[in-house]
Amino acid sequence: MATLLRPPGPDPASPAPGPPPAPPRSRWRRLPFSPWHLLLMPVALVFVLPLVQMVLTSFMSDADINRFPPQLIPTSLHLAGYVGLFTEAPILRWLLNTVIVSTISIVAHLVLCSMAGYGFARLKFPGRSFGFFAIVATIMIPPQLLMIPTYLMFARLGVVDTLAAAFVPWLASAFGIFLMRQFFLSLPRELEDAGRIDGCTTFGVFWRIVLPLARPALATLAIFTLLGSWNDLVWPLIAISDEHKYTLQLGLTSFQGTRRTQWSLLMAGNVVATLPLIAGFVAAQRHFIATMTFSGLKG
Amino acid sequence: MATGVTTRTASEDATATPQRPARSARRRRRLVVRAVSGWSFAGPATLLVLGLSIFPASWAFLISRQRWNGIAPPQPVGWRNYERMASDPDLAAAVKHTLVFTGLFVPTSILLGMVIAVALNRRIRLVAFYRTCIFVPFVASAAATGILATFVFNPQFGSANDLLRRVGLPQQLFLEDPKQALAVICLIALWGQVGFTVVVYLAALQDIPRDLVDAAMVDGANPAQVFRHVTLPQLGPVTVFTAVWQTITALQLFDLVYTTTRGGPLNGSQTIVYYVYKQAFQTQRFGYGSAVAYGLFVVTMLITLGMIWYARRSKLQAF
Repeated sequence: MATLLRPPGPDPASPAPGPPPAPPRSRWRRLPFSPWHLLLMPVALVFVLPLVQMVLTSFMSDADINRFPPQLIPTSLHLAGYVGLFTEAPILRWLLNTVIVSTISIVAHLVLCSMAGYGFARLKFPGRSFGFFAIVATIMIPPQLLMIPTYLMFARLGVVDTLAAAFVPWLASAFGIFLMRQFFLSLPRELEDAGRIDGCTTFGVFWRIVLPLARPALATLAIFTLLGSWNDLVWPLIAISDEHKYTLQLGLTSFQGTRRTQWSLLMAGNVVATLPLIAGFVAAQRHFIATMTFSGLKG
Repeated sequence: MATGVTTRTASEDATATPQRPARSARRRRRLVVRAVSGWSFAGPATLLVLGLSIFPASWAFLISRQRWNGIAPPQPVGWRNYERMASDPDLAAAVKHTLVFTGLFVPTSILLGMVIAVALNRRIRLVAFYRTCIFVPFVASAAATGILATFVFNPQFGSANDLLRRVGLPQQLFLEDPKQALAVICLIALWGQVGFTVVVYLAALQDIPRDLVDAAMVDGANPAQVFRHVTLPQLGPVTVFTAVWQTITALQLFDLVYTTTRGGPLNGSQTIVYYVYKQAFQTQRFGYGSAVAYGLFVVTMLITLGMIWYARRSKLQAF
């Protein structure tokens, strides 16, 4: 069962590297496996089985889906869901829109937040403490308070019903600035001093010395921004009503009204919307967990 | 030297000393250069973040004291929108639903997160596989999760009812029952969010110095005692952080409600933020919607500050 379920995620190399296993405690030496598996195996299944069912259902025929009791494994492979998805709905357009929104968000986030984080961590300038304090304070403002005025602002600026409405809220974030500042504070100053003695400008030090060292933090920030902007529903929902400007998430929710019973199509849409993120997460999960440890996210 | 010191302090508050004009001008120029280079690093992001938060938040306050449908000119109504909140039965129901959800979600997600993280924090086979399985739902969007949940919890052919049938329990309506909808949404939210709590706890567990555990073992503590007296106290700060974070998330529940029940059935799962959304974007009551949003903001802040105050008083160094 476990090997069957492996595709969604594990990094295959994982058990091998790392320090050697600790010697088992004597009481458990009689069991052929650690008793923790008895807890972890069912828990892992509860978390991953719905996703497996999502993928499998996307390849089912309607007859398979409507059978009772429900089947997990399709009796035969059907692509009707995907065919319907790509021919009857502008899903490629939505996918493209989402990719555009996420790409702009990630690039802007990486550039703006790392620069601001570096400024607040290392440079001395008037208004620095106040500016940083104001940014951190905005974390407390709940997004729903901003829904109405942001919508009105977008309406005045004429970005309602454009993709800009989906990416402008994601260009920079207090969280990103905070994360990058924490990371830069943890770097030793000596390298930067050496660079400055060698005649680098402030920007040169930042660009050539600091940024290459910040790769794990940048990877984490990119993952967080990808997650947030790719999965965002609220901003597109309030600001975009033209079907050709929909993001994937907005398109998916519109299916709920119009294609309520076409389950294979709905699940195919889910797979298209979720798989890129799962792949991205699995690729970056080491960075991600490492950064969580140092960023102070853990408190 | 003494004059040098005084000019230094004087130039800090930007008053030029008449005796040394050239020197203070140089200092002022250096200050300007510093400000320009500092703000050219920090400025763009700061401007965006503040412009998309503090500015609209202040505007929301102005709107909350108006009656406005977005088209006709707004009429100032003073505090009437806030007064109306006290006698709005739909809002009262939404507040109740939000509090019930928070009360179910926060303790459960913390407990599950801690237990799973403790189980994962050891060198056994498949641990990376388990960790990935548990975290992956966190990556799925609210829209995808909502669609998947309406499938799994479908009363006619969903797997959830199939499971109940197999163990001999009665069939349920789940999301279509006004009494169950909120609890089912809570289950779905836990499925998606526990992975995050687990990772946060895992990071904290891996930070606990190995020596502490070893010392306790040498002193003859059994694993349960080590957990109770060594591990648990070390997890205090991270628990406060997670509790605050999850409480804020729970009070702001919107996406999942939108993608599963749209507040129904019979408004049985309507939360405060969903109510704000409906007031503003379906019935065009911008003023009243903003007032409710402000009310929620104040309550969230009070709860958050209360939790931080409690943590400080209990000497848990979280913030």
